[in-house]
Amino acid sequence: MASAAAVLQSEWTKIRTVSSTTWTLISVFLATVVIGGVISAVSNSTFGDLSDVSQTTFDPTLTSFSGMVLGQLAMVVFGVLVVGSEYSSGMIRTSLAAVPRRATFLFSKIGVAGLLALVVGLITGFVAFFIGQALLGDHSTTIGEPGVLRAVIGSGLYMCLIALFSMGITVMLRSSMLSLGILMPFFFLVSNILAAVPKAKDVAHYFPDQAGQKLLQVVPDAANGGGGSYGPWGGFGIMCAWVVAALIGGYLVLRNRDA
Amino acid sequence: MGLEMIEAAGLTKRYGAKTAVHDLTFEVRPGHVTGFLGPNGSGKSTTMRMIVGLDRPTSGTVTVGGRPFRQTPNAPRKVGALLDAQAVHGGRSARNHLLSLAQLSGIPASRVEEVLDVVGLRDVAGKRSKGFSLGMGQRLGIAAALLGDPQVLLFDEPVNGLDPEGIYWVRTLMKRLAAEGRTVLVSSHLMSEMAVTADHLLVIGRGRLLADMSVREFISRNSADFARVRVADDAAGRTGELAAAVAEAGGRALKEPDGALRVTGIDLPRISDLAHKADIRLWELSPHHASLEEAYMRLTQDVVDYRSTDDELAGFTPPEDEAHPLDTAPGPPEVPEVPAQGWYAPPPPGQAPPQTRSRP
Repeated sequence: MASAAAVLQSEWTKIRTVSSTTWTLISVFLATVVIGGVISAVSNSTFGDLSDVSQTTFDPTLTSFSGMVLGQLAMVVFGVLVVGSEYSSGMIRTSLAAVPRRATFLFSKIGVAGLLALVVGLITGFVAFFIGQALLGDHSTTIGEPGVLRAVIGSGLYMCLIALFSMGITVMLRSSMLSLGILMPFFFLVSNILAAVPKAKDVAHYFPDQAGQKLLQVVPDAANGGGGSYGPWGGFGIMCAWVVAALIGGYLVLRNRDA
Repeated sequence: MGLEMIEAAGLTKRYGAKTAVHDLTFEVRPGHVTGFLGPNGSGKSTTMRMIVGLDRPTSGTVTVGGRPFRQTPNAPRKVGALLDAQAVHGGRSARNHLLSLAQLSGIPASRVEEVLDVVGLRDVAGKRSKGFSLGMGQRLGIAAALLGDPQVLLFDEPVNGLDPEGIYWVRTLMKRLAAEGRTVLVSSHLMSEMAVTADHLLVIGRGRLLADMSVREFISRNSADFARVRVADDAAGRTGELAAAVAEAGGRALKEPDGALRVTGIDLPRISDLAHKADIRLWELSPHHASLEEAYMRLTQDVVDYRSTDDELAGFTPPEDEAHPLDTAPGPPEVPEVPAQGWYAPPPPGQAPPQTRSRP
């Protein structure tokens, strides 16, 4: 069989030789860093206008990650396109004719793309954190404070998991357009809206993004953070479970359906 | 070197209620170009996709070298397939596309340059394949199939969109690959193409196997030569007399709808002699060959899925004539004088036409 190393190398060639990879990942970085910076600066200048509760639960780390609301969407696009372009171009048939073993093919692809997403996510997270803190001025925190390093690394993990989840969904749906049409509104609107509605909140807290964002939070009850009855690593675990489910679903679809 | 055969046994594929491939049993042997023929939608592509494990058979099996393709170790080195030349990511250059495929199976990157040369795409190797013409896309697909120097090669409609030179090249390539002892399966819906490329034919229609024989056998079974004989109009009543004479001489005469006779079994001079002896004047005595194309059409005529009918334009009313006053009614159209030069038969393949001969 085509060895996993060979397939990994091939997937790396595939991913680095299309321009959509570069553009989506640059978008992830820019959207997260720029918007995070702007919101940090605005928070700094309007800090006095916040209510007392908001002031006491102000989470400078999470504030510097505000841009991830949009940055994660670019990450969704990255994940969807990595897998979806195989289907939209028909390349999947060429790929599978060359690597008949579905598991080797899928997990090599997802491994390469996931690793790339993790690296970009971590870089983005650290840059967004330091720029955000610089702009927060007196209200900033430092990387040495308890929980802060975990949150910054967590932002990279979160980005990686978002990409992996998108890839799993796209393998199941076998279409870029369909996947984007479902994932974008979900992450941008549905999840956030439900998380703000009293009853639906209890369910929404177990959505992948809501659960995963717990990892980015340093102050547990931050006003702009989520609720839920789990801690940062609990949230991470819930998100991982979603990702694993999506990937297993994708694998089963790939294995059992005609390409 | 193991002899790698493609073997199908009771291969069946159903999509819902539609049976795309029905109980196909065949072998494709090494050392020959095997033509896989059938009308559009007859199940050729589906069968090829099942061979390389893209589609799962509803029942039956197909193996390559004794194993189902999905379990073939290092598949790209064993089997090369051109299934859909458009199945490439348009944003990736031809070279990178081939490189990603080469890396899958540990084929050195230098091999990519070799196959680019083989298919003649080196000059455009750095361009995105999105801008490729149909013919260039086919060449890229063929390059991908050749990459692993495989023992078994599958080509689904490889000459689609190629220019005459490209078609000639593909034909030569297939024959060379087979001569090297490889197993080559080429699908086409063009009998004429297969007649000059393939050694062996598998003909399918509506997913069923109609013929599995050598091209020579197919020709001898299906292309009976015949003579068309037309008796002078004023002697038309004596056609039956001539038919009887032909039958007596050991031939076979069939009456055609326009009154002519289709004679098989005896040659033209003999027919002339018979007519002369019976004192019947002939207006036509011509030799005919039923082409392979005709034989193939006859074989598949009952199983063509997509048949065109005359365009009746039923709902259309003819345009009103009011716009054309009678006095300006057009006369017979004038035929412009066309210079005769510029009209010549195309040169035989491999020979440059005289007027484009290069000067030293």
